[in-house]
Amino acid sequence: MGTELAAGTAREEVLRRIRVAIADTPAMDAAAVRSEWESLPRDYKRTASLDREAILELLEDRLRDYDATVVRVKAGEVSAEIARMLTERGKRKLVVPEGLPEALGEALPDGFEFGVDHGLTNADLDGFDGVVTASTVAIAETGTIVLQRVPGQGRRAPTLAPDYHLCVVRTADVVETVPEAMARLEPTASLATTFVSGPSATADIEMTRIKGVHGPRFLDVILSA
Amino acid sequence: MSGQALDPTTAPKFQVAAKALMGDSQLRKNVRHATNVIQAKRARVVQEMPDWQELRESGKQIRRHTMRHLDYYLEMFERNCTAAGGVVHWARNAEEARQIVVGLVKASGANGVSPTEVIKIKSMTTEEIQLNKALEAAGIHAYETDLAELIIQLGHDQPSHIVVPALHKNRSQIREIFKREMKLPGVDFSELGGTPQDLADAARKFLREKFLRVQTAVSGANFLVAETGGVCIVESEGNGRMCLTLPETLISVAGIDKVVPTFQDLEVLLQLLPRSATGERMNPYNSIWTGVDKAPSGGDGPRAFHVVLMDNARTEILADEESRQTLHCIRCGACQNACPVYQQTGGHAYGSVYAGPIGAILTPQLMEMHHAQSLPYASSLCGACYEVCPVKINIPEVLIHLRNKVVKQQSSGFNILANPEVMALKAVAKVFQSEAVFRVSQKMGRLAELPLSRKDGQGVGWIGWLPGMLGGWTQVRDLRVMPKQTFREWFEERAKTAPGRRSGDKAGEGGKNGH
Amino acid sequence: MRVSLFITCYNDTLFPETGKAVVRVLERLGHTVDFPAGQTCCGQMHWNTGYQDEAMPLLQRFVDQFRDSEAVVSPSTSCIAMMKDHYPLMAERLKDEKLKAEVAELLPRVWEFSQFLTQKLGLEDVGAYYPHRVTYHASCHGLRSLHLGDGPQRLLRAVRGIDLVEIENLEQCCGFGGTFAIKNAEVSSAMLSEKIRGVLNTRAEAVTGCDNSCLMHIGGGLHRERTGVRPVHLAEILASEEGDGL
Repeated sequence: MGTELAAGTAREEVLRRIRVAIADTPAMDAAAVRSEWESLPRDYKRTASLDREAILELLEDRLRDYDATVVRVKAGEVSAEIARMLTERGKRKLVVPEGLPEALGEALPDGFEFGVDHGLTNADLDGFDGVVTASTVAIAETGTIVLQRVPGQGRRAPTLAPDYHLCVVRTADVVETVPEAMARLEPTASLATTFVSGPSATADIEMTRIKGVHGPRFLDVILSA
Repeated sequence: MSGQALDPTTAPKFQVAAKALMGDSQLRKNVRHATNVIQAKRARVVQEMPDWQELRESGKQIRRHTMRHLDYYLEMFERNCTAAGGVVHWARNAEEARQIVVGLVKASGANGVSPTEVIKIKSMTTEEIQLNKALEAAGIHAYETDLAELIIQLGHDQPSHIVVPALHKNRSQIREIFKREMKLPGVDFSELGGTPQDLADAARKFLREKFLRVQTAVSGANFLVAETGGVCIVESEGNGRMCLTLPETLISVAGIDKVVPTFQDLEVLLQLLPRSATGERMNPYNSIWTGVDKAPSGGDGPRAFHVVLMDNARTEILADEESRQTLHCIRCGACQNACPVYQQTGGHAYGSVYAGPIGAILTPQLMEMHHAQSLPYASSLCGACYEVCPVKINIPEVLIHLRNKVVKQQSSGFNILANPEVMALKAVAKVFQSEAVFRVSQKMGRLAELPLSRKDGQGVGWIGWLPGMLGGWTQVRDLRVMPKQTFREWFEERAKTAPGRRSGDKAGEGGKNGH
Repeated sequence: MRVSLFITCYNDTLFPETGKAVVRVLERLGHTVDFPAGQTCCGQMHWNTGYQDEAMPLLQRFVDQFRDSEAVVSPSTSCIAMMKDHYPLMAERLKDEKLKAEVAELLPRVWEFSQFLTQKLGLEDVGAYYPHRVTYHASCHGLRSLHLGDGPQRLLRAVRGIDLVEIENLEQCCGFGGTFAIKNAEVSSAMLSEKIRGVLNTRAEAVTGCDNSCLMHIGGGLHRERTGVRPVHLAEILASEEGDGL
């Protein structure tokens, strides 16, 4: 590539300029920089202040604000609820990530066409009614569900091409605040991660919030013990 | 405004641009409506946060710490992103960045053939460097996929707000643009409905076809995470997810100021940004990815990922200790919504893709103070921006600092003679340095204004017209004439005539002045 | 207490009535007022417009005039904000350690007039009588730099006979901004228009505030439009007494 020759020069030049620019900062080694970072003030809220039930109710409230339907079920009832919801919505052909039944701890219900994503093309994805996944963590305060590239949640493309997303969230994975969620995500921070807070929206036309420009317009959540 | 890029090197002075734009009542109405709505939403979601001030302080400190060690964190990001399969490029300026991106796009085609289309996520950085124009020149059409950017692009227009770029357009204007410019084989847009929902549906149809087909995407980046080598994109519509996930090749352009130290630091920034930008507790979608996914069967996301780290005068800003905080900006746009000047003029008056208070300090500095010198003066220094800035950038302080830089330029050498304001203000400064001279000039002022003064019904003199530069005052305001006696003259007289007297009586001349 | 008055360059020249009112109120409350005659200007106009070198000597001048004062009071939020926000930085820039120390020692004794009454003296009722319908405009410096809060409104509410009405856009900048009013006259006028609309909607006879720079701008517009609504500084309302016949 033609820019390779200049690339080294540009890199060195930019770094040189930076070093000259911040010459007023005392020179520090990595340990000192780390130490300075560690002593930055963090007096914001970093732990939960609500009890478990209140946290779950808060999550439900926030999700309903986004027009998502939320249903709570006991362990072992997830599959049945998936069946009920899909029937109610009239969804027959669903794409699912690899490892979903294992992640749910239950087999998927009969009577539907579940296509497992072993690397479906974009064109293939266009042919599904919706997608079903598990999730990594949910944030009650903001109504956010976080998906990562792990079994049961899978690649990102299947969660964004179809118009309907049915997501299973375990109550044990629900936290109250954003800092708590980031702490849970940190060990797997380099996996592709998506925060979903309600269906796609825009306010670009006269500041009127419109749903569903791209990405699923409809979101259902099963909150399972 | 059509076609012409917002270019600070050629844009008219703010005062001139503002005057023209303020004649557009549709624009002013749209801007007013939009800024009021976002401000109200922001206020609601900020008020419910008991730790908002603590978050702001942490945001400020994290950004400050990052800038102090910018080289360290950029190198860390480069190392980690490369280890994960990304390719990191460096660009000294806009021209270099454009060349790198165009080159990468060309090389991304199948069978060595350059693509003729790319899809784009909204990126102020790519607008700053006028990337689309450079792509067009290379025979590559870039489809903007954010609804507002699509509106701007199809309407041959320019963005007027960092977060809501098309806020100066209303639904009927948008409908006209779509009807005229949207073309998709087999779809008829001429019978387009007029509600915002109809328009969004049309955009969805138009763009979905592109998402599923076009193989190369260009984006900006909200945050580069040094510790992991990850990139974070914050968005609402889902077009970002489409562009970041479906194509084969992704190229992200980021100013060097976008880096943050750790994954944990996002917990602060992802709380500050959505609440400040759109008044939401969390925006609909955040995507964080690292390098490329190397899974053998059907990887997740692009197979080729490039990051272009661009300087373009940011190191100049970094070098100026007093305005270094300009680089802390996380591009939320809250300052624009709060600004009473921006509310009157909209964004185009600033002649730059960065408008409003942040634009007034960022644009001249990106131009290394050679252009946009009127922008630091496009402010009444009311401080509303500083109040809402999620990372506590003291914008009024930086504005004053930049004004000083402008004055120094204008006072150097022979420039000073061509500048009546500089001469006048320097003269006034001398007057203030001596009590005696000050008193004399007060008396002279009274004499000088005599010919301009006309008495109103109560015998109070008013001036309705002032000459030259001062004429700006009397355009819409009257100026009361100077009273016959200054305060100090009254105080001294009082002390002489009755030392230690109490002002039980209303002292001075018959209290009509001002009442 | 012996209070030193910093009248400010523009109040001295254009609004002496405000200074007289401050004297009247302070004397009514039993304090004595002195006036260091060498005072001229705080330097704000120059500093804010970018003429920082020209503003520097005015810092030393202020310190020289007021260093021995028990308390310094000024009826101008913008001038006091200038001092609180910038004098320490200016002394730092001059690398003058002695001046820095003097500034640090003096500033805690420097007060904006309404703040002096509410925060230093802890007062709300200062014995004023002003039987008129009045609305209050919050200057940006008072609001955001000095954090006056509702101090001025509390002082006004305690005035006998007053009919105090809240303006709809209380915290919105009036558009004066010093040289901004001249350099960006168009936008300044638009902002002024909105503030005037807010004033007129209250049907007040008078608009008040803690800063004559805002009031000069608002009052100038009110007069141009022949609205009959007059500007009056907070000090003048507080100075007003029953026998004044206003």
